[in-house]
Amino acid sequence: MTDVLLELDDVRKWFPLASDRLFRREREHVKAVDGVSLRVRAGETLGLVGETGSGKSTLARCMTRLHDVTSGRVIFDGVDITQMSQRDLRPVRREIQMIFQDPYGSLNPRRRVGSIIGDPYAIHGVGEGTDRKRRVQELMELVGLNPEHYNRFPAEFSGGQRQRIGVARALALRPRLIVCDEPVSALDVSIQAQIINLLADLQAEFNLTYVFIAHDLSVVRHVSDRVAVMYLGKIAEVADVESLHATPRHPYTAALLSAIPIPDPELSDRRERIILRGEVPSPINPPAGCRFHPRCPKAQDRCAGEEPALVSRNGDEEDHRAACHFPVQPGERLSAANGERP
Amino acid sequence: MAVAAADSSPPLLAVEDLRVSFRTHDGVVRAVRGVSFDLAKGKTLAIVGESGSGKSVSTQAIVGLVRGAEVSGRATFAGKDLLTMNAEELRRIRGARIGMIFQDSLSSLHPYYRIGWQIVEMIRAHDGSVSRAEGRDRAVDLLRRVGIPHAERRVDDYPHQFSGGMRQRALIAMAMALGPELLIADEPTTALDVTVQAQVLQVMADLQREFGTAIILITHDLGVVAEVADEVVVMYAGTVMERSGRRELFYRFHHPYTEGLLGSLPSEQDVRRRLRPIPGSPPSLIRLPKGCPFHPRCPYAFERCRTDVPPLRPVYGDEAHLSACWLPTDPAGREGARADAGVTAEARGSR
Ligand SMILES: Nc1ncnc2c1ncn2[C@@H]1O[C@H](COP(=O)(O)OP(=O)(O)OP(=O)(O)O)[C@@H](O)[C@H]1O
Ligand SMILES: Nc1ncnc2c1ncn2[C@@H]1O[C@H](COP(=O)(O)OP(=O)(O)O)[C@@H](O)[C@H]1O
Ligand code: SF4
Ligand code: SF4
Ligand SMILES: [Mg+2]
Ligand SMILES: [Mg+2]
Repeated sequence: MTDVLLELDDVRKWFPLASDRLFRREREHVKAVDGVSLRVRAGETLGLVGETGSGKSTLARCMTRLHDVTSGRVIFDGVDITQMSQRDLRPVRREIQMIFQDPYGSLNPRRRVGSIIGDPYAIHGVGEGTDRKRRVQELMELVGLNPEHYNRFPAEFSGGQRQRIGVARALALRPRLIVCDEPVSALDVSIQAQIINLLADLQAEFNLTYVFIAHDLSVVRHVSDRVAVMYLGKIAEVADVESLHATPRHPYTAALLSAIPIPDPELSDRRERIILRGEVPSPINPPAGCRFHPRCPKAQDRCAGEEPALVSRNGDEEDHRAACHFPVQPGERLSAANGERP
Repeated sequence: MAVAAADSSPPLLAVEDLRVSFRTHDGVVRAVRGVSFDLAKGKTLAIVGESGSGKSVSTQAIVGLVRGAEVSGRATFAGKDLLTMNAEELRRIRGARIGMIFQDSLSSLHPYYRIGWQIVEMIRAHDGSVSRAEGRDRAVDLLRRVGIPHAERRVDDYPHQFSGGMRQRALIAMAMALGPELLIADEPTTALDVTVQAQVLQVMADLQREFGTAIILITHDLGVVAEVADEVVVMYAGTVMERSGRRELFYRFHHPYTEGLLGSLPSEQDVRRRLRPIPGSPPSLIRLPKGCPFHPRCPYAFERCRTDVPPLRPVYGDEAHLSACWLPTDPAGREGARADAGVTAEARGSR
């Protein structure tokens, strides 16, 4: 056993583009994940945030080996699983599970929930007949579903209940790591809170490790021990959750944090927002140097030419790392600089 | 009406006892069951509530856009009832005096026509005196104002060439093209990233200031409400549970449903405390519970709640703060109820 349960080492996932021009010399790629190194520690919740298309889901699929990586290494519990064959992966697959965003789309509407939740048992040959049914019903109970609804179809459940079905299925094989890709994004706040509490209870009970992807930063802050911020396929900043919120170093993190709507009128009125200019560039040809430079309120000449490394600076703890040449200083105002650039 | 009473001028929009129902195979869906609110010129009214609470249907009914439904009540806009207007009158008002942005931006733009062309046609449909060339200049100017970079070039793009945030801004440009008195924006930022959401909300606020437009903003995000609303309507199961000014809603809510929504949110101050979700899920709109529609999920529910529907009435001695709940309407009584129901420990239960 190591302290680090999952390690990503310079992982890339590039998707080749169907080329539309006959004589294109080099094939173009969507660089969805473009050199990510991260460690997930046993028992922690690592939050993963970033704008749409920044590569969160792709990274999640690399972690769980649902994608083969283009380059780099994925190490689970000290074992390099990057190139493992599907057969060798079987025992690993029991230990890494995923929960998906869409509680509607990820469940087959024509199958009964009992058999959906029992899938992992069927795949891995655990239990049979009444024994399997008993296990499934225990799981249903565990996630707050009525075990008598074993024979119902997904359509007969509400959005929150369907997400519980996904959680039950993920738990079936008692995994150690669960990668949750936007598990509550499609849910109303009250139902969202029910699922967040459930995930917290299960983590405590089974000593689970979570990677928790969400675009709602207040949710991520609530559930995470550490948070990694992605921008255009790379990690912009990673830190302990409190340190990230108190002293964001990367200007993109600062902008992201300043844009979270706060459900408190006074705090909301007092806060200064950093409104970013422009659009998220294409991951096919990301900007040279620092990928954030065309939108960054702090960008200088160096930023366009030299790519910043993800390191800790300014006397930050070693754990607080940002990929920026000119990290934000505590108390520095970014909004003023904003808007000067075309 | 209560909110307008403080103000002597009549509200721009007064909605009274709006009801909308749909006949379906399973029975009659009572999507909106007696909604009333009003809105003054230049102000922002936020409508919040969980999905299916009737936010979209009620606003679509106001502008005559629900099909196959029975609609009743009154919606007086600048002195005239929109619900009794004929189709032609309504069509002239929609788009010109009332701008609209709907939940799904992709489907609101026609995929086969250039963005600029769509804006120009919209303008010309309401004002035939505008030439194509003038219209195009206006479209470029509008796109620039909503922050589309290189608007003079992008005006000729097709919708799919715009990102989600840009499309949403193009829709705002279109909705604001004729300087409407009222803008109805149905979850205009729900599908967007927070950074883009901040851009879009900023654009709406700027245009509001410029044109003096009143806005109805439908959202389920209480953070957005805290940021932009003047007045708030909280909907549940087709009715208004609470209606008040923004600060009252967050700091002096009366209704247990409002309390439940706020308690469900992760908080800045109290990171990692256990959230307090509202138990259960919203009722079917075909078979509504008797009495208060929230009673099956309400921690305060008592005998009367199960039999009698609570009316929307002033609370805390404030004529502009209304709540549809049987709990005492004085602050001490309401606080006492919290203690009696044992909600106190949980509600304030920080670690
Ligand atoms: N199978 C694929 N083929 C080609 N491109 C892909 C594929 N999967 C993802 N991409 C692209 O990779 C980039 C990252 O996508 P990804 O789904 O990982 O983003 P994300 O951060 O999860 O976004 P969201 O917040 O919208 O879920 C996007 O540009 C996306 O279009
Ligand atoms: N055309 C329709 N036929 C039947 N029911 C409908 C129709 N449109 C909406 N509804 C129902 O009306 C209720 C309110 O819907 P809506 O106003 O869209 O909710 P929201 O508050 O999420 O905007 C929901 O139960 C919805 O399913
Ligand atoms: S490296 Fe330069 S462009 Fe990139 S985030 Fe830092 S200051 Fe901004
Ligand atoms: S009327 Fe009764 S059930 Fe309804 S919200 Fe008030 S206390 Fe709860
Ligand atoms: Mg994703
Ligand atoms: Mg809606």
